[in-house]
Amino acid sequence: MQMTGARMVVQALKDQGVDTVFGYPGGAVLPIYDEIFQQNDIRHVLVRHEQGAVHMAEGYARSTGKVGVALVTSGPGATNAVTGLTDALLDSIPIVVLSGQVPTFMIGTDGFQEADTVGITRPCTKHNWLVKDTAQLAGTIHKAFHVARSGRPGPVLIDIPKDVQFATAAYTPMESAATGHYAPKRTPDAEAVARMVEMMETAERPVFYTGGGVINSGREASRLLREFVEATGFPITSTLMGLGAYPASGKNWLGMLGMHGLYEANLAMHGCDLMINIGARFDDRITGRISDFSPGSRKVHVDIDPSSINKVIRVDVGIVGDVTETLTEALRQWKARGSKVNREGLAKWWAQINEWRAVKCLSYKPSTTTIKPQYALERLEALTKGMDRYITTEVGQHQMWAAQFLGFEEPHRWMTSGGLGTMGYGLPASIGVQIAHPESLVINVAGEASWLMNMQEMGTAMQFRAPVKQFILNNERLGMVRQWQELLHGERYSSSWSESLPDFVKLAEAFGCKGILCTDPKDLDEAIMEMIRYDGPVIFDCRVEKHENCFPMIPSGKPHNEMLLGDAETQGVIGSKGAVLV
Amino acid sequence: MNALNIKRGASSHSAYDLRDPNAPVIESHTLAVIVENEPGVLARVIGLFSGRGYNIDSLTVAETDHAGHRSRITVVTRGTPAVIEQIKNQLGRMVPVYEVHDLTVEGPAVQRELALLKVAGKGDARIEALRLAEIFRANVVDSTLESFVFEMTGTPEKIDAFADLMRPLGLKDIARTGVAALPRGV
Repeated sequence: MQMTGARMVVQALKDQGVDTVFGYPGGAVLPIYDEIFQQNDIRHVLVRHEQGAVHMAEGYARSTGKVGVALVTSGPGATNAVTGLTDALLDSIPIVVLSGQVPTFMIGTDGFQEADTVGITRPCTKHNWLVKDTAQLAGTIHKAFHVARSGRPGPVLIDIPKDVQFATAAYTPMESAATGHYAPKRTPDAEAVARMVEMMETAERPVFYTGGGVINSGREASRLLREFVEATGFPITSTLMGLGAYPASGKNWLGMLGMHGLYEANLAMHGCDLMINIGARFDDRITGRISDFSPGSRKVHVDIDPSSINKVIRVDVGIVGDVTETLTEALRQWKARGSKVNREGLAKWWAQINEWRAVKCLSYKPSTTTIKPQYALERLEALTKGMDRYITTEVGQHQMWAAQFLGFEEPHRWMTSGGLGTMGYGLPASIGVQIAHPESLVINVAGEASWLMNMQEMGTAMQFRAPVKQFILNNERLGMVRQWQELLHGERYSSSWSESLPDFVKLAEAFGCKGILCTDPKDLDEAIMEMIRYDGPVIFDCRVEKHENCFPMIPSGKPHNEMLLGDAETQGVIGSKGAVLV
Repeated sequence: MNALNIKRGASSHSAYDLRDPNAPVIESHTLAVIVENEPGVLARVIGLFSGRGYNIDSLTVAETDHAGHRSRITVVTRGTPAVIEQIKNQLGRMVPVYEVHDLTVEGPAVQRELALLKVAGKGDARIEALRLAEIFRANVVDSTLESFVFEMTGTPEKIDAFADLMRPLGLKDIARTGVAALPRGV
């Protein structure tokens, strides 16, 4: 069927099952916006800044498991999308970004709002395309969705010159679109799985270490993981990205690991004799000092991306494959061989782990006069437990406290910027989640500094009636920066306090939503309930202790067994070598 | 707080016994990368090397299968064994990459490079240059009364050696194609 390029874009999105596009119009995408105007199948959410559009698409994708879509104009529209693209690349989130471009005959002339978008976004996408011929457009869009969701998911970008949008050509239906040779290996090598299963039968001190790959593999992966953990009785810890794959209420759950992970999780990683990494990538937030990382263990690594295996940590068994397929095969083999584990060893291992648990590493000094950030999150957790709840976060101390104090029972319920650590992610992401789940409770746990980075998106929340709850732990500081300056830079707090903060309640009123201020721990429960009950967006200004530090903490350049549990242990612990690390 | 007190490398199964990442074992590998001949594919490959801090000693690219839209990129790179493995994996996962071959480990391979060298001189130096060119089987493809342009094909080492000899004899300019390589046999 013959149609214009602009119509092809809308048709291809419909064929791909897209129901929502987050975007911002401009000169180079006007033909596409004209087509969007003339149909009702795809909803367009007008953002306030293109970075917000990409984070919303990410929030949509992470909470649904579907591909998120953003639409931006040429030049500044595309450059504003770069942070979101990089964020999605580092966290393996499938999104498709469509960008307008100056007409093909103007490319290279420094035209108005021209930028070399495919050049700029080449290192921050999984793949990108500049479409110069309308006949190729629909096929390219179908291929882009295939690339975004196949293998290790990630962001892709399609740059579409304006004349290509106006020109007419035959539409390529989804079924006949060539997806090319791109077909990453999903099925694991059965022999490698067999070696893992053999190790599992004899291990005395095993631990599952799981990551975002379990969630990206789909809900079946989480189900299989739970079955495997329950059947073997092995302890399990997870990265920030993998929270919810195994339920926080599960008896084998050790909590999150890593720089601000739990004592029992990190010591289990350090002391294990068999580490089974499923869909995580040995990030530097996880490993601490590489040369002392889990020195006594054999290591198995399951990852769909071959380049993740042996990148940072050399492993004894590398298994390239999809998590669902690998766990299916592993469970089959393990059961076929008699479902054996080393019961005696495991019992001793659990006794040791329970000793570590008894340290109660998340303890903090309570207060009756000021709200401790940990207390605020404990109350938020208690008051929203069991609700149909989604959590997003910004980046910093509040993010780590949220990961420590909130429990996730299901995958896709926790959206946070892990790899890139993008301040300003949480507010737009929460809107993307809410658009996908209009009836659910969506809370962005924020710090006031991060939140201000994309606060203009409250306009989007209001316009599209997304009743997102912005739970801001306001310490009037860039808390994590301040913590590092205290520990590493002689308590010289260079530019880490937030002066001239807005009055968040008045700000909420200015946007037309509800503002809540809470300063007293006695009022906190009622204030949180007021936030939950309010039918519309809320900005919750929770004034917390200004100098609270986030513990436990593995200082930079230290191994897992040199964790800090509290303020008393922090004097002079980070040497000059550690100070150069981030 | 050192709860388990496990010494580094205590287990023979420790991953760290396998290879010391700080050991100065730098290897040179020749990789053949078969890619889809689409716009920007070379920039993508080069960007991978620069973005991740890998070395490129030599790079050659040309379309080798017009009908199949395929190009062959031959790249000579250096690094520790772990880095070489990582480079191959990073190349292998790129969307337009069909195949990655490590010609250094996949068996014997033929490696050739073509070079053009301009040598200017008079008298004995000119005669010596011509004599050495014969020994190295370099052809004269341009000649004036005061200069030659030699064309030679060989391994990079052979071209290096010839260039070193030409330098005192009046080497003015050199153009090299970079390495093209194929496995021996079928």
